Amino acid sequence: MGYTLSKEQFETLVNRLSEQYQVFAPVKFVGGNTFTDVDVIRYDQVKNPEEIVLDQKSDYSFKEVLLPLSETLFYYTEEQTKEADIPRGEAVVFLRSCEMHAVKVLDDIYLNNKFEDYYYKRLRDKIKFIVIACPESFDSCFCVDMGTNKPEGQDMIIEQQGDQFLVVNENPQWEAYFEGYAKVDQAPSYAKENKVKVHIPENLNPNIAKSSIWEEYDTRCIACGRCNFVCPTCTCFTMQDILYSDNGKAGERRRVQASCMVDGFTDVAGGGSYRKKFGERMRFKMMHKVYDFRKRFGYNMCVGCGRCDDVCPEYISFSANINKLEEGMKEVGEEHA
Amino acid sequence: MRNEYIPFISEITEVIKHTDIEYTFRMTYEGDVRPGQFFEVSLPKYGEAPISVSGIGDGTVDLTIRKVGHVTGEIFENYVGDKLFLRGPYGNGFDVDDYKGKEILVVAGGTGLSPVRGVVDYFATHQSEAKSLTLIAGFKSPNDILFFEDIARWKQHAQVILTVDCAEGDTDCHIGLVTQFIPDIKIENMDEAVAVVVGPPIMMRFSVMGLLDLGLKEENIWISQERKMCCGIGKCGHCKIGESYVCIDGPVYRYPEGKLLID
Repeated sequence: MGYTLSKEQFETLVNRLSEQYQVFAPVKFVGGNTFTDVDVIRYDQVKNPEEIVLDQKSDYSFKEVLLPLSETLFYYTEEQTKEADIPRGEAVVFLRSCEMHAVKVLDDIYLNNKFEDYYYKRLRDKIKFIVIACPESFDSCFCVDMGTNKPEGQDMIIEQQGDQFLVVNENPQWEAYFEGYAKVDQAPSYAKENKVKVHIPENLNPNIAKSSIWEEYDTRCIACGRCNFVCPTCTCFTMQDILYSDNGKAGERRRVQASCMVDGFTDVAGGGSYRKKFGERMRFKMMHKVYDFRKRFGYNMCVGCGRCDDVCPEYISFSANINKLEEGMKEVGEEHA
Repeated sequence: MRNEYIPFISEITEVIKHTDIEYTFRMTYEGDVRPGQFFEVSLPKYGEAPISVSGIGDGTVDLTIRKVGHVTGEIFENYVGDKLFLRGPYGNGFDVDDYKGKEILVVAGGTGLSPVRGVVDYFATHQSEAKSLTLIAGFKSPNDILFFEDIARWKQHAQVILTVDCAEGDTDCHIGLVTQFIPDIKIENMDEAVAVVVGPPIMMRFSVMGLLDLGLKEENIWISQERKMCCGIGKCGHCKIGESYVCIDGPVYRYPEGKLLID
């Protein structure tokens, strides 16, 4: 059961939400891409409902709302620390079905992997999710095969239908926003088919490390890490201390997003490091997304958003790589020791 | 809810200099801790580094630190009376109960002796709790030997084979890699004997091969992994290998599990 809203009514809804929440959504930054005269769509706090980009996939995912690119953990002087204040209040984030599934991945790592993460939890506790329905898949998506095309756990779903919006509210506390609107017996659409199909072989295991399928990435990949930074489920970070230049004894400790594809990720003191070849890093990332995480938490980490394929400057396709795994397993055999 | 990222202040009560670049810092600490666990040690502005516990005292922990990185280099400028930020302990560590009543063989390479020092010390002190205790410890050169005084003490109660890759002068130790001494170890009950191996990856690999050749069972061998652990609580991803996070599932693994981890 949903409501049909006119464009104007939808904008009123967003404005009313903005009174109570900070609203984050995909926004177009004209000329904001790395390359000259190219736009970028990424997340920002929305000041005007018209800014929300509903008809294109964002280049970067929603994850920055929960895991900022750089997040101050605490401030320090020589012998004292002070926890950083929470950077925002109650928030609403517009995202897509695949990303709603990514929230579950983030929760499992940050809340359920033995320790609860204090900084993640305090942002997570103050967030609501509105899914932008995808009646049609975008070109590089493979959500259907990853099982993430139907959203779960959101507070609301919206679907733009020409000049109108179908809005399905799933948060009882928000019912008041819809008083006086006409109810309609219609379920929101979701993508039922993708152009890109992937198949993860059932016999996949770590033996795949011995396969030759990784060799092409030794030379094709340039270890720039863009695939990690756009991925809604890549959540690694590195600690970073900064010092205030006007007072050399005080500063802050931050965590900043890190990439398993970029040099230095595994460096240990004394000069040791692991996975020097870019193909090995590709294999490490791939196995985390479609195997290791599943072994630990019971479902695949990759949500099939296809952003890694969209962003790679070397035109490496993660989905094409997934489809090479079967051949790779044939090559190395299943016996793992 | 607890904020694991905020460190506490710990005072340096004593500094033991082993070599020019390896010191043990005795730090104030009250609480549970096991050998093989680690603390995230930091000096604000230089960042954090995971350092394993090399000794446990009454109200103190020992952290043996090698001056090799940004953080550890700066820590060497700090001495008795100064303070460091700590958080932890993290990781599983060794459980001495796993080794009680058995023939125990410990193979350590270089700084790898730090995490197992607590295990060796326990059984060298409580001799009746082990059938036998053998330590093979390898270092680059006589100048790199750690815990020299401990080793001298352990020799009274355990078989200790100290070896260096190369030596000059009289050092009372063998020359050669730890692996070449493994075949000569006398074990009475191969099914029960246990081994702990800690050191650089290649040393661990060949030591385990040697132990298996000797006749030890895979499940009776423990290894400890060294990785970059930025958070210590299974979040930052740097130490992940396969489905395992070294910081929370390790750093100590039984070999049948440890051998499946491919970086």
